[in-house]
Amino acid sequence: MDLVFVIIVEMLYAVASLVLISAGLAIVFGMMKIINLAHGEFMMLGGYVTITAVSLGANVFIAMLIIAPVIVGLIGLVVERLVIRHLYGRLVDTMLATWGLSLFFIGLATTIFGNTTTGISTPISGFTVGDYQVNGYNFFIILIAIVLLGLMYAVLKGTRLGLIARGAMQLPDMAAALGYSPERIYMATFFCGSALSGLAGAILAPLVGLVPTSGGAYIAKAFITVIAGGPSLITGLMASSGLFGLINQIFTFAVSPVMGEVALLVAAVVLLRLLPQGVTGKFFRGRM
Amino acid sequence: MASFWAKEVPATILVAALLMWVMPMMIGTYTLTVLVIYGMLGFSLGLIWGFGGILCFGQAAFFGLGAYTYAIAAINIGDSTIPMLLAVLVPAVFAALLGAMMFYGRLTDVYLGVITLVVTLILFKFINSTAGPEYVIGKARLGGFNGIPGFQTLNVPGQPNDYIYGDPYYYFCAILLLIVYLLVSWLLKSSFGRVAVGIRENEVRVALMGYDVRARKTVLFAAGAAIAGLAGALFANWGEIVTPNLFSLGQSAEIIIWCIVGGLGTRIGPIVGAAGLAYLKFLLGQQSMIDNTLLTGIILVLFVLFLPKGLVPAIASLWRISFGRRRKLPRHGARRIRNGGVGNG
Repeated sequence: MDLVFVIIVEMLYAVASLVLISAGLAIVFGMMKIINLAHGEFMMLGGYVTITAVSLGANVFIAMLIIAPVIVGLIGLVVERLVIRHLYGRLVDTMLATWGLSLFFIGLATTIFGNTTTGISTPISGFTVGDYQVNGYNFFIILIAIVLLGLMYAVLKGTRLGLIARGAMQLPDMAAALGYSPERIYMATFFCGSALSGLAGAILAPLVGLVPTSGGAYIAKAFITVIAGGPSLITGLMASSGLFGLINQIFTFAVSPVMGEVALLVAAVVLLRLLPQGVTGKFFRGRM
Repeated sequence: MASFWAKEVPATILVAALLMWVMPMMIGTYTLTVLVIYGMLGFSLGLIWGFGGILCFGQAAFFGLGAYTYAIAAINIGDSTIPMLLAVLVPAVFAALLGAMMFYGRLTDVYLGVITLVVTLILFKFINSTAGPEYVIGKARLGGFNGIPGFQTLNVPGQPNDYIYGDPYYYFCAILLLIVYLLVSWLLKSSFGRVAVGIRENEVRVALMGYDVRARKTVLFAAGAAIAGLAGALFANWGEIVTPNLFSLGQSAEIIIWCIVGGLGTRIGPIVGAAGLAYLKFLLGQQSMIDNTLLTGIILVLFVLFLPKGLVPAIASLWRISFGRRRKLPRHGARRIRNGGVGNG
């Protein structure tokens, strides 16, 4: 019984962390059709901002939930103004430019923080269930992922801003004709996407030892999850995170963590071969 | 085709021979060898991306596969001839299977990128986790993160004790690159190559004309992988060790950067880009003022923004602007006189 509980928590945690990792990329790709390969480095920067803020005396939750997203969002804004806005509509070029940016940020972080592992301790202590030790922080991550999905849905579906953003996503020319500048909408979207990446990096920072290259661990997973999710932003994110998280954890428990990772990747290849437009390209069409 | 054999082949061989002779006077042959190998690796992606329009995010997978195939086969066989052939064959077959899966599934751009990226990651993760003694192929232990050291390096065919190393190895690599270059040039001049460029330009149109786009893309993809595998085997011989880092994402990124900087759609561009940037990295590695990755990143961003076509096409057009017109001007003048001064030249 206890083992079942632990396994369910672990699975939910795997799904939730995939949602967190992919949310920022999903917004930028879903809304702007740009693949931000510097996404992992935005997460890495979020982690470093959190650690720096905490060492300067900020409360750890304020650092994670407010300071890191805002600062990384601002960095994203600068990047969008300087580089990405010149490349809209050129998918491959944006991928290459953001890949360059990711290398740039890795170099920058190495120069500033050094090529050493840093980290902070988890702010929530664990507890025991029967014979097993459960990390209390996992619940926090699950909670954040649920809140995040709810918020994204509410903003996109319920507010006027969300309506404008969705309109500009579908028909940028029409949005422009109605007086909403697509350029400014894209700018705001990229800010939100970067901020979400920063948030994810900050929240996951206590769980991993942070090095300047740790963004690379996230980008492939996020990339796969978003592409496999397909055109619908939130449904796709939920569907593919759920599927991949489940597969990952089943193989992790049954064989080994490495096989869990490999199974996730193999599943992604098979899925894309069968459903080249992603999960929501075939099922749940027209949802958000 | 006639002018290809009569003009281009002798000219290429002449230039290559000249470069092969001059370069060792400026750069040591040990460094030069790896530049040549990287040139071949860049060339392999330049072929499938620049002429086939297939953006492969995992060219490093074939590079690493070639290197590992060579190392494992060399340990088991003890003579380098068959391992060299296997190192070309295994990546080619692997790429043909992978390509068939992707192209017959009609996957394009982003999805292609994801799959090639993922396959590279799978190989990287798998090879990294093979540290235990149970991972053995024949006599070769895979060695996990530490890689495989101490395999038989290149020798004269049939004589395992006559190693080819040092200067002769440099000439061996350079001549192989020349042969590969000529073979690819011939391939591109053939109807297969011209259809491949047609597919790059407009896939639907070529398909409607009755060509089997899927099979052609698969073959081209496999050819690129074979070249990358050969480069991998040469690299294994040069470094005398193979490690999982050959499969890493950073390696894949670098190959793409070489192609972009050198110039896509040209044959010489990726080679120049690869050798040039690798040498730049080598020079930068000798100083510790600025981080290496930082500079690579800046170079890539600047090239995408300001010189998206790459160095070689840019220099070629600059050449045409500054020297080409001078040759053409008299003809323009003549035509203008013949037309009675009318027309815009």
